[in-house]
Amino acid sequence: MPRRIDPEGKSIGFTFEGRPVAAREGDSVAAALTAAGLRDLRDSAVSGSPRGIFCMMGACFDCLVEIDGIPNRQACMIPVTEGLAVRRQRGAVEVRI
Amino acid sequence: MSMNERAADTLVIGGGLVGAAVAYGLLRAGESVTVLDEGDVALRASRGNFGLVWVQSKGDKMHEYARWTRGSADLWPEFAGLLAQDGGIDPDYSKPGGIHFMLSEEDLEKKRAQLHRLHNSLEGQEYGAEIIDREQLDAMLPGLGPDVVGASWSPHDGHASPLRLMRGLHSAIAAKGGRYVADAKAEKVERDGSGYVVRTAKGAFRGDKVVLAAGHGNKWLAPSVGLDVPLRPEKGQIIVTERVRPLIPMPTHVMRQTAEGTIMVGDSHEDTGYSDASTSSVVSDIAKHAVRCFPALGQLRVVRTWGAVRVLSLDGFPIYQESATHPGAFSINCHSGVTLAGAHALALAPMIARGRLDASLDAFHSRRFEHATAH
Ligand SMILES: Cc1cc2nc3c(=O)[nH]c(=O)nc-3n(C[C@H](O)[C@H](O)[C@H](O)COP(=O)(O)OP(=O)(O)OC[C@H]3O[C@@H](n4cnc5c(N)ncnc54)[C@H](O)[C@@H]3O)c2cc1C
Ligand code: FES
Repeated sequence: MPRRIDPEGKSIGFTFEGRPVAAREGDSVAAALTAAGLRDLRDSAVSGSPRGIFCMMGACFDCLVEIDGIPNRQACMIPVTEGLAVRRQRGAVEVRI
Repeated sequence: MSMNERAADTLVIGGGLVGAAVAYGLLRAGESVTVLDEGDVALRASRGNFGLVWVQSKGDKMHEYARWTRGSADLWPEFAGLLAQDGGIDPDYSKPGGIHFMLSEEDLEKKRAQLHRLHNSLEGQEYGAEIIDREQLDAMLPGLGPDVVGASWSPHDGHASPLRLMRGLHSAIAAKGGRYVADAKAEKVERDGSGYVVRTAKGAFRGDKVVLAAGHGNKWLAPSVGLDVPLRPEKGQIIVTERVRPLIPMPTHVMRQTAEGTIMVGDSHEDTGYSDASTSSVVSDIAKHAVRCFPALGQLRVVRTWGAVRVLSLDGFPIYQESATHPGAFSINCHSGVTLAGAHALALAPMIARGRLDASLDAFHSRRFEHATAH
């Protein structure tokens, strides 16, 4: 289980699947979710198996989540701000033509 | 330099799509094969292409090429099956037919005339492409922008995953007992008795025959076996989007949806030497054009963009040849290594295994450039 090595920083709040999660200022969404023990962020658009963070540096695109209604955002690249609404992503995104 | 003990029937120089397809075909024909490949620093079109297996509009000025291309598309279903069976990796090939958009009545008429010309000179056999109007097009591919007036459509066009094709070929080569040596840039090709020895940083390798399939590397390797291979680089850039549910049912020359759900958008034709740099101005032009053709693409996020360098002969058609002065030495180059992979593995490689290219490939010899100059 990952734990914070430096518990400093102002605390801020956001939601994951509608439930409140506590974060620290400067956390990425992925870091805050990991610290809260939330690891299943989506399922694979190809195989349906669960996915979560992997590289933590923007390269692998495994950490995709929906943030404030916009799908396929990289949780590891987006800093938490007060009140963000983060959701799990199920399957591939539907585009309307 | 140490001499590598095991001599192969054939040494293949270059492990891109062309070398790997030929090596796989030679192994299928029962030969022992060693593939010598340069390292990660090399220019490698095979890692950066668009993945179309494309027949329509190829070979208007060289009918042998139109036939060869159609032949490869016909071989692809069998080839994809063999690859999955031999190497365990399916190249995700499908042939739903392909579409080339026309954005003006003038282009539509030009294309109609081209197809008519080809139909007449090729007895209607080769492209099977036809002009379709906007109404027919809407039934096949809903969601096009207002500027698309019609298209040409061919049932022989399809697409594959170029990266799975590469991995599949290499895995099938290994499964068939072929030997692949990385970081083994051929420095020199020399005669060795009735065969050849190729010197590399990984040692020297011997083979009865040698196939130069080193992409741009062929230009400077070819003279050592008495061949001339005039080539020029041309950059193409590609965009790939996030994964989405099935949206685009068949490949087009502007965009295609991969089996995983990403949409590839391409591509440019740039004269920038051997540079494979990705540049934002070109990428944004590619994106604008694609959104004009298919507006829903504007909603998608871009995951990655890249550039890759095409391997073009002076007229854009393949070069297949054997050396007159060095028996058993061949050089292979082409502009459409995905499309032609079926023909390279299942038609060209058996000829090389027999030691002679069929007369039907005479038109592809580089002697056709004797009066041209490289630019
Ligand atoms: C942007 C773009 C889009 C494309 N789209 C399509 C498409 O949709 N459909 C299609 O059919 N084709 C397409 N192509 C073309 C296709 O990618 C190429 O035809 C094909 O990859 C060429 O393969 P190759 O093996 O000849 O060359 P490369 O991939 O360049 O491979 C050459 C290999 O030779 C090795 N090498 C070089 N010098 C030496 C040496 N001295 N010794 C040992 N090894 C050496 C290198 O390491 C490399 O692995 C596209 C190309 C580009 C750039
Ligand atoms: S964890 Fe790899 S991109 Fe976010």
